[in-house]
Amino acid sequence: MTALLSVQGLRVEIAARHRVLTAIDDVSFDIAEGEILGVVGESGAGKSVTGTAVLGLLERPAYQAGGRIIFAGRRIDTLDEDAMRTLRSRQIAAVFQDPLTSLDPLMTIGDQLVETMQTHLDLARAAALARAEQLLAEVGIPAPRERLQSYPHEMSGGMRQRVVLALAFCCEPRLIIADEPTTALDVSIQAQILDLLRRMCRERGTAVMLVTHDMGVIAEASDRVAVMYAGRLVEIGPTRDLIAAAAHPYTRGLMASIPDMHRRAAELTQIPGSMPRPDAPVPGCAFHPRCPQALARCATDRPAMLPQGASQVACWLVDAASRSAA
Amino acid sequence: MAANDTILSVDRLTVRFDASAPLLKRLVTGAGRRIVHAVEEVDFEVARGSTFALVGESGCGKSTIARTIAGIQPPTAGSVSFMGVDIAGFRTRHAAMPYRRNLQMIFQDPYASLNPRWRIGRIVAEPILTHALMTPGAALKARVAELLETVGLSPGDAGKFPHQFSGGQRQRISIARALASNPAFIVCDEPTSALDVSVQAQILNLMKKLQRELGLTYLLISHNLAVVAHMADRLGVMYLGRLVEQGDAAQILGRPLHPYTRLLLDTVPDPRAPGRARPRLSGEVPSPLAPPAGCAFHPRCPLADARCARERPQPVRVGAALVACHAVEERRLPALTSEQECLSSPGDAA
Repeated sequence: MTALLSVQGLRVEIAARHRVLTAIDDVSFDIAEGEILGVVGESGAGKSVTGTAVLGLLERPAYQAGGRIIFAGRRIDTLDEDAMRTLRSRQIAAVFQDPLTSLDPLMTIGDQLVETMQTHLDLARAAALARAEQLLAEVGIPAPRERLQSYPHEMSGGMRQRVVLALAFCCEPRLIIADEPTTALDVSIQAQILDLLRRMCRERGTAVMLVTHDMGVIAEASDRVAVMYAGRLVEIGPTRDLIAAAAHPYTRGLMASIPDMHRRAAELTQIPGSMPRPDAPVPGCAFHPRCPQALARCATDRPAMLPQGASQVACWLVDAASRSAA
Repeated sequence: MAANDTILSVDRLTVRFDASAPLLKRLVTGAGRRIVHAVEEVDFEVARGSTFALVGESGCGKSTIARTIAGIQPPTAGSVSFMGVDIAGFRTRHAAMPYRRNLQMIFQDPYASLNPRWRIGRIVAEPILTHALMTPGAALKARVAELLETVGLSPGDAGKFPHQFSGGQRQRISIARALASNPAFIVCDEPTSALDVSVQAQILNLMKKLQRELGLTYLLISHNLAVVAHMADRLGVMYLGRLVEQGDAAQILGRPLHPYTRLLLDTVPDPRAPGRARPRLSGEVPSPLAPPAGCAFHPRCPLADARCARERPQPVRVGAALVACHAVEERRLPALTSEQECLSSPGDAA
């Protein structure tokens, strides 16, 4: 199957006052049609920047310094602003963390949906209104006809995020970039929103890049996971494999540091130290100063993505293991 | 629980906020008063040296309780008794000082809770000077250095400013400041929810170590049930300003009784069980401006009947827990499903 989105060797740099910082360093991944790819990592790992780059929304001082982004067989990172805006509205939609900042506080929900659809689809106002009502019903908003008249401030956080999803789906996009879509919500509402996202994808074949820091959300919603660390991809593979047996020491440490609801340990496993900042990059593997199993070459050579089962892992330990097996 | 073991006792605590329009506007428009029922008749006790956790969704009143106990928010009714004295009754800051020394707080956002213009040494020394425990000088400097080492920072950090630290390090500074006056009790309001999981693990481990070494008592406010499961000895589950279930943390997390607790536990995404089909909690929390009659949870409860809509349930004792639910009282609670049971099986003993 060909990939709907293919990110190849993406490199994003930030021009600081006296030097250039690397935010994303050689990141490659594919998303297939109808697939949900979770992108997970800690703050500053570069997961949101990756999403922003795919959307073509990088702003100075950040810029794409290398690599290619291919969407539906067409290279999109070289498109001009107008072509990119058309693509963003019709084919690639975005859902952000805070629904209040994604909605216009001075427009009714109905007007926002109608405006979006009329801008990008050839629809009369009456038809757009009918479709808006149907969309609100689909995302689980009670009394959708009355709600078309509501302003964002009249709705709860969960309801607003449903409206944002309706906006994202209104032009039937092929790809949705969802950046922490449930982080601002309570768990019971979070579960409802994730269900909704998953159902809409199954029904419409929409692909999703789900950016989150929450492994629980990843386990719940994604088909595959990409783990990012210090601007690099360290591991990518099927969600089940990665959770059952993560290969990269960072992924393993991350999983172990999450408190377990059902088995209380005297002490949580912690990863010593913290992630290197972009102004103090680490040679070799970016994780080696914190890695309990680091080898000598980890401090000097950057590991390439190596196959491990159905996953790919950037770790010399995997290389060493496969060599000793051979 | 013997009375002398109880360090904090909250008795029928009620906090209401007046969110009405101004008087003149009410007279003109004929609108009534609007009262936010943030906390309603909450009772609980915290034993010395233990961790009591309050959990619930946003708006359930858990942070209001924390602020009332810390003396930031006066109660509308009821009392908060700390080390045998009703701290809600203090009229002046001065009278409250000896108790404040023993009761400190750690806040959620380590970026907002440290003065960006103060050096770390001054931030950590402030409670010591406020409570006149020491005078400025070499001894105070040594004490600050000792506090910074206790939380895993270096004594040299005293000369730095907050912006030079990461979120996790800032939360360590908050903890050092909270420890500065040698308190017996620390209110922790979402201490790790602004942090990444690997940093969260560092902070939780530090909090547990300090509790062991210094005999601290924690009131932990959190929406994260996994954090609560890791930290709490006793647990109170709040819904719309009321405690619906409280008691032994292992029992409540292992064998939840109140339908809200059960549904809350079911909706938590579990990173160790990918693709688990979770039963869904439908609807949303009603507004605390107009809480439903009877049991506040009845509009969302699968077991609600006519009595639940009419009559507010009173807490009844079941094992090591107190549960406010008619269905529990009338024994019409369904048995736990096999999936819920498997949650409870493996060693929940601390």
